[in-house]
Amino acid sequence: MKTDELIAILARDAGPVKRGAIPRSLAALAFGGALVALVIMVPWIGFRPDFPAALADPTFWMKMAYTFGICAAGFLLAERLARPGATGRAGWLLLAACALAIGALAAGQLAMTPAAEIDVAVMGGSWDSCPWYILALALPGLAAILWAMRRFAPTRTALAGAAAGLLAGGGAATVYGLHCDENAAPFVAVWYSLGIALTVATGAIAGSRVLRW
Amino acid sequence: MASDIETRLKTLMLRGLGGDAAAHAELLGVLTVYLRNFFARKMGRSAADLEDLVQESLLAVHLKRDTWDASQPFTAWAFAIARYKLIDWFRRNRIRRTEPIDDASDLFASEDSTELSARQDLGKLMGHLPPKQRALLEDVKLAGLSHAEAARKAGMTEGAVKVSIHRSLQVLMKRVRDEN
Repeated sequence: MKTDELIAILARDAGPVKRGAIPRSLAALAFGGALVALVIMVPWIGFRPDFPAALADPTFWMKMAYTFGICAAGFLLAERLARPGATGRAGWLLLAACALAIGALAAGQLAMTPAAEIDVAVMGGSWDSCPWYILALALPGLAAILWAMRRFAPTRTALAGAAAGLLAGGGAATVYGLHCDENAAPFVAVWYSLGIALTVATGAIAGSRVLRW
Repeated sequence: MASDIETRLKTLMLRGLGGDAAAHAELLGVLTVYLRNFFARKMGRSAADLEDLVQESLLAVHLKRDTWDASQPFTAWAFAIARYKLIDWFRRNRIRRTEPIDDASDLFASEDSTELSARQDLGKLMGHLPPKQRALLEDVKLAGLSHAEAARKAGMTEGAVKVSIHRSLQVLMKRVRDEN
């Protein structure tokens, strides 16, 4: 087939294209992934013991805002990086804003913490399991988002995979926040972020393999 | 000139996305010239794979066109696809890239229409398709049958023919890649 003939065939296949497929499918899969994480989490490790009384605690909402903000930044980045030649500035800005906010909150709390208690504020009681739970809860959503991204056209495959990880990791961390009763900002800043970072790294490694087209 | 080509291609793309097949064909035709020149400069004019890469890029532009956001420059989108396909080719051929390919004006630098290789043939790739899909593609293009005629000949509905053609193109793109 000569190139002209290929063009003729492609033109024959040129029906109208539905717009907005990328944001729609990413949002649906991120939401579905978070729901799956919840369904896995409840029988596995359950809600936090003080749930739902914790809903009245502002520090609970601080934690939710951070993880949900990360999830939103992941959405903005994934939505852009699924397209050739798009940069995703808004996503980077939101990600930086979330990191700055949690960093400032954590530093502020540590500044007011007596030296003897700093260890507890940072390590909490579940530092060694928190990141792994977040990663495990994020994996179903990450797989679904990467699978959807294969249909799109990411030109920076590792970065696009990382954005998928940020989206899935932020969602899973938000769900995990319903189980974990640690509310100290330093704990969240370190261990929640580490769980999300593990998901991002998984997404980047997987993305560079499965997202080629 | 750069903004002229942006306006022109964007208009064609928008019409094509709306279902205007003639505009879509014109868009792909214009892109073909730029792609040939671009790849010739980057790969070396004699590269045997040049037209393969042009066709692979056209397939990608076509199959991935829902990833273009109308608020984004079309030329940047098309360039990113060409660049991706070129870097992929470098990687597959274990060629170390010496110069950066970062500027969309690279792709749209020259519109000299040198007939490089009309000899190129995708026939060997069509051979990878299941016989029924292959026959369908050949009927629709080579024999110039309409979807309705091809449908009657294949004993399928017209909708099924359209879906089958689209799937065949997706398979084709995947196979072009895997083969190289």
